[in-house]
Amino acid sequence: MTAIPFTPAIRAPRLAVPAVTTGLALLLAAMACLSLSIGASGLLPWELFTRELNPAERAILLDIRLPRLILGMLVGAALAVSGALMQGLFRNPLADPGLVGVGAGAGLGAVIAIVLGGVMPAAVQAVTGMYMVSLFAFFGGWATTLILYRVASLRGHTSIATMLLAGIVLGALAGAATGVLIYLADDNQLRDLTFWGLGSLAGANWVKVWAAAPVLIAGLAAAPFLARGLNAMALGEAVARHLGVPVEAVKRGAILAVAAMTGASVAVSGGIGFVGIVVPHILRLAIGPDHRTLLPAAALFGATLLIGADTFSRVVVAPAELPIGIIMALIGAPVFLWILLARRATMEI
Amino acid sequence: MSRLLLGAALALLPLGAAAQERVLAIGGSVTEIVYMLGEQGRLVGRDSTSTFPAEVEALPDVGYMRALSPEGVLSVSPELILMESGAGPAETLDTLAGAGVATVTVPDDYSPAGVLAKVRSVAGAMGVPDKGEALAADLDAQMQAALAKVAAEDGPPPRVLFILGNSGGRLMGAGTDTAAAAMIELAGGTSAIDSFEGYTALTDEAIAVAAPDVILAMERGEGASSHGDDEYLTHPALAQTPAALGGHVVRMPGTFLLGFGPRTPDAIAALHAALYPDAP
Repeated sequence: MTAIPFTPAIRAPRLAVPAVTTGLALLLAAMACLSLSIGASGLLPWELFTRELNPAERAILLDIRLPRLILGMLVGAALAVSGALMQGLFRNPLADPGLVGVGAGAGLGAVIAIVLGGVMPAAVQAVTGMYMVSLFAFFGGWATTLILYRVASLRGHTSIATMLLAGIVLGALAGAATGVLIYLADDNQLRDLTFWGLGSLAGANWVKVWAAAPVLIAGLAAAPFLARGLNAMALGEAVARHLGVPVEAVKRGAILAVAAMTGASVAVSGGIGFVGIVVPHILRLAIGPDHRTLLPAAALFGATLLIGADTFSRVVVAPAELPIGIIMALIGAPVFLWILLARRATMEI
Repeated sequence: MSRLLLGAALALLPLGAAAQERVLAIGGSVTEIVYMLGEQGRLVGRDSTSTFPAEVEALPDVGYMRALSPEGVLSVSPELILMESGAGPAETLDTLAGAGVATVTVPDDYSPAGVLAKVRSVAGAMGVPDKGEALAADLDAQMQAALAKVAAEDGPPPRVLFILGNSGGRLMGAGTDTAAAAMIELAGGTSAIDSFEGYTALTDEAIAVAAPDVILAMERGEGASSHGDDEYLTHPALAQTPAALGGHVVRMPGTFLLGFGPRTPDAIAALHAALYPDAP
């Protein structure tokens, strides 16, 4: 990308960006410590060094809470950054990763694995093992995005409007296929489906961390390179192109990054909504819409919010656990409504 | 914290032989069997499907058996986890195995022999096989008595439709290979639906063709009253069936009727009595 001496005419930030970013980083660190320290067992992390722990207690700290924390931070950051990228790409504050079909496709993949998992060829079952649902969700999400991208692209140009409409159509198609499978599902599979859709980090383990982390980190690392282009595209694709922004490359990069991050997130944690909408919105109010600062802040805030919600989810009905998707929607929906109400006079949707 | 210390203290006590003392029961029928074995003092937790006997609700609830969280399970410091088949998810079971907790999956089969196998499996895992044999023999005798009464009936068996739920007039009915169908057969009825497996939404025509003599349903909660039967008696598809015309609606608690645990002999007898009200 050639250097662009361009800064979009954006409203002055309401809060100092370095202060907000530092504050969010500190908040994330504090929340991470809290998350490691709180759990149904009442075990504290420093007991690892102060006394001899039995295998079950070691497992709680090292094989349950730690991978769960890492996965939670990565998923939260990925979902928030995906949301911010989508809103930048679609120039619409309501855009979320669901618009590129990842959600519906991943949902269909998960349903296929849950309902038809038992009748899959033995080879598929042997290779995927207990991670069949995760793998199918990931590839279902990816496949949907690739189809959408092909549909919306013509002669090297990707039409965002076509993508939006085709996304709705593909979503309906995936929804119908999901409905057929739900109809075929037995009682237990229906319950599994319901819990999958509510989202949870309870299945976190090191295998999932090692599988998902490279994808999530790659997506997060790619996001800052898109920031300048997305800023220019806020003025419209034509203007951005005249400014020398490689518009098609930015679009392609954003779509692929979002598909990868959301697909991997959904695969390891099921359906967790609202992070991608609430986090970027709150941050735009706080530090303005410049993607160069918005994206890192969204990653920090998304990670904090998700592990906060996860910590809450596992203590509120301890020793049982409330699915995290419920908590995110319980927090997210009212906050989002409040933002809408507070800004409806000035906001054009 | 104190619970952990207590657990550690208990583990140090020279109680019994090698049998694990802190037992977590997952699944309603497993919990009932533990109580029937008189080993409830060793229970440290239960899942949300374990609601009988009522005193079990005082134990910590580690959540729904198909959506267990590893730390929730480990927080009650179990040494042995007894699970009905279907407990999960697999990731949690994997983590629990890694944490060194013994887990035993209790086999499940919708038959009298399946109940006895469950009892022996639970008793064996808890290190009290003798108590298990005694309970199994006792249950077997009860089961044979109940089945003998059923066998003594002559005449055509009543056609029974088990209705799992009613959502906006759409009825979920039990097909073949379900706990409900097995109980109906054991109690001397015949399942009115045999064209599909499992529980499925019934079309109105399928209900009319099935022409059940008796409608069997679960009790709704504590305050279930007779006016609840109206939802079936006045249902357009059911209204013209022999069951609705005769007002034959039988309701039983779900875990009692479908649990296939120690209360199954009683459930067979109770269902039999309800299906053959004129029998001596």
